[in-house]
Amino acid sequence: MNLTLKIWRQKGPQDKGKMVQYKVTEISEHMSFLEMMDVLNEQLTNKGEEPVAFDHDCREGICGMCSMYINGEAHGPDRGVTTCQLHMRMFKDGDTITIEPFRAKAFPVIKDLVIDRSSFERIQQAGGFISVNTSGNTQDANAIPIDKHAADTAMDAATCIGCGACVASCKNSSAMLFVGAKVSQYALLPQGQVEATDRVKNMVAQMDLEGFGNCTNTGACEVECPKGISLENIARMNREFLKASMKG
Amino acid sequence: MSVLDSKVPKGPLKDKWTTYKDKINLVNPANKRNIDVIVVGTGLAGGSAAATLAELGYRVKAFCYQDSPRRAHSIAAQGGINAAKNYQGDGDSTYRLFYDTVKGGDYRSREANVYRLAEVSANIIDQCVAQGVPFARDYGGLLDNRSFGGVLVSRTFYAKGQTGQQLLLGAYSAMNRQIARGKIEMYNRHEMLDVVKVDGKARGIIARNLVTGEIERHSAHAVVIASGGYGNVYFLSTNAMGSNATAAWKIHKKGAFFANPCYTQIHPTCIPRSGDYQSKLTLMSESLRNDGRIWVPKNMEDVLAIREGKLKPTQLSEEQRDYYLERRYPAFGNLVPRDVASRAAKERCDAGYGVNATGEAVYLDFKSAIERYGLEQAKIQGIQNASKEKITALGEAVVEEKYGNLFQMYEKIVDENPYKTPMMIYPATHYTMGGVWVDYNLMTTVEGLYCIGEANFSDHGANRLGASALMQGLADGYFVLPYTIGDYLSHEIRTGKIPTDSPEFDTAEKEVTERINFFVNNKGSHSVDYFHKRLGKVMWDKCGMSRNAKDLKEAIAEIKAIREEFYKEVKVPGSANEMNPELEKAGRVADFLELGELFAKDALMREESCGGHFREESVEIDGEQKGEAKRNDEDYAFVAAWEYKGEPSDAVLHKEQLEFKDIELKQRSYK
Repeated sequence: MNLTLKIWRQKGPQDKGKMVQYKVTEISEHMSFLEMMDVLNEQLTNKGEEPVAFDHDCREGICGMCSMYINGEAHGPDRGVTTCQLHMRMFKDGDTITIEPFRAKAFPVIKDLVIDRSSFERIQQAGGFISVNTSGNTQDANAIPIDKHAADTAMDAATCIGCGACVASCKNSSAMLFVGAKVSQYALLPQGQVEATDRVKNMVAQMDLEGFGNCTNTGACEVECPKGISLENIARMNREFLKASMKG
Repeated sequence: MSVLDSKVPKGPLKDKWTTYKDKINLVNPANKRNIDVIVVGTGLAGGSAAATLAELGYRVKAFCYQDSPRRAHSIAAQGGINAAKNYQGDGDSTYRLFYDTVKGGDYRSREANVYRLAEVSANIIDQCVAQGVPFARDYGGLLDNRSFGGVLVSRTFYAKGQTGQQLLLGAYSAMNRQIARGKIEMYNRHEMLDVVKVDGKARGIIARNLVTGEIERHSAHAVVIASGGYGNVYFLSTNAMGSNATAAWKIHKKGAFFANPCYTQIHPTCIPRSGDYQSKLTLMSESLRNDGRIWVPKNMEDVLAIREGKLKPTQLSEEQRDYYLERRYPAFGNLVPRDVASRAAKERCDAGYGVNATGEAVYLDFKSAIERYGLEQAKIQGIQNASKEKITALGEAVVEEKYGNLFQMYEKIVDENPYKTPMMIYPATHYTMGGVWVDYNLMTTVEGLYCIGEANFSDHGANRLGASALMQGLADGYFVLPYTIGDYLSHEIRTGKIPTDSPEFDTAEKEVTERINFFVNNKGSHSVDYFHKRLGKVMWDKCGMSRNAKDLKEAIAEIKAIREEFYKEVKVPGSANEMNPELEKAGRVADFLELGELFAKDALMREESCGGHFREESVEIDGEQKGEAKRNDEDYAFVAAWEYKGEPSDAVLHKEQLEFKDIELKQRSYK
């Protein structure tokens, strides 16, 4: 198929960006979206122009590196996939596709479609861990049985890949689905209980400090999340936060 | 006397590690605060090492090329992690895990290292559970296990099909705790471009800030390389797009020997390629072979009808199918080790039985499992006379719980429902057992320079068993390196801060800058990918699942020619002082073009078949094992460690003779 692409080009963090139009031809429906971008970049390189910079790595939907806003949706029109898993069979011959970076105050653009998500890093550093040293003397892994339902729900929360689609999809640029998922994983496990109070308070405080907005329950994040992280995690975080606030 | 000293401690195998730990020198906490360690790579090995070293009190600087340590490619590991816990009571033990790993590796690994790996495996699971890793559990709340290829016990712990992700997030959380305390200085979007040696010791690195293009100097008392494998030398592999061998290759050029480059794992269950534009291949976890049965049609007319779309695989009766693994290897069936399964798929496809348009695909079928689980569930739920549809629905639900994310991934890529029609799979490059040579301390042939995880030549011999990569990465990082590096650093307490304004740093930085400038100024006629794809094709065609002397000699000449052309004709747009992904790729491919040649040279030298290295000249002529790989222990029971001398063709071979005192060398039989 033949396509018209409108892509956000921005030289550097301080430069002004703009939408630039490109054409690509003979795109197979079996290609992934990023393979289509490879075709464009090969074309630009051969012409001596600078290729479009975009983040990507594993190309199998797990590393969370890729991050495009395609036709007004994070990771494009398909559900339950990242951009690297989006296939061109979702588009039609002659389509015009608009490609922008994830937009949020806390995700500044570095170049073209590449954004800076280090705000997510700092939120994790504020409390997204259990304080246990590596010693070889921790208790046996089966010492504490964990209810299967709780373990499975913790796993569902833990599958978050930290891509930031939730933030990009939210009209308030809220990171509550991301933070809620991490808080939930630990809140559901016995190992996470000891530090539960400080964890939720510190992570929420850092989230606010980074300039992420608040949650108004529109649910766009859940719809666009490539890993299907549920809104329940935000509710659970709110409960954890309330519990922590009452403890003082 | 060989220049290689493995430094394996004396004494009985079972006591070596304990005795070693009792006798090594320690560094007191006050001194640790003044000692710097650089860790390059933040996958399971690098991430766990950085976190643990920081917990111990060292000042750690960690580097990754991604925008977060959490994105290292360990994240993509699916199936699980082995540990000799014997929770299932099925006869597992440290010795059995050791034995299976040595046998699975076709007797080409170092006994003492493998035993240590098996010994610490149980600690890994304890540690990860304490960190909040949500492993799969049974209804009693205890940890669940599954089976992987090449073993007869269930010792694999898992978190759905995302075990690597969960273990890496565990290590990442441990890192975050140390980053928050200022004990780890984290350098995201940085790439190591050279190691700096001062008086023969590794004393730092030159790194490029991938956002600004700035070249930086970082010094330390020891440098740890944990940069993963070199599977992308094939262009198409299951590795991430950015996975590269540059750190490992640069240290090789500075004196670290490179061992067994020809030992590469071609994983049997990957989604087949669909076209020339393809950028990577996707793995379907080996865990699927617990429940999936592999087959091709028995009759050629059925093969052709399927290819033409006139026949569906589901229409073929049991009698019309050739479950070739079950036929050839009745004892292990679909769970033979990866190298054996891959070659068997190639054998059927080469014979013309491949089931897709390219003729390079076999079926992985879940019909039997769905039926079996369905009947079991009907019984558990007390459903009398359940209909066929009900049984299928119940069975599909069980399969979905076990492998749901993998099935979804398959459906998204191939656009077919694997619950209803069998998956199509074909082998693809996945893991490299070869790598930087290290001694028992995980130190390379350069003092103070360590190499851990997939990047080293490791514990897997000539073939790695499933779910053992995660085990090795975390064993090295959490439980082995923190001890062994301490012994070395105990001699560094009086050294003081390493300056970065020495002539050694000047020279290294100058070399790095000149190379970068060369690429951006070359203005050739072809993109980096153009050369990378050509290299990949030579590697796959001539150094792939099956190798012979003629092809390997051709490969050596062809790779050299591609490399020469690359330097003349490569085109890198953009400048050096900005984010420039093409420039990053150019440096990596330049290194692959050297490594690929050494790979072929190593494969040519090793005139035996062992593990992932199959030489067509070395097969069993007759008997029960007719046609199977033939190892030659008399002449090749050694680690081939190559010393850099300029061109890859000048590399000098050093042999570390492998001794097996606690295990009898046997023909590997899975029949």
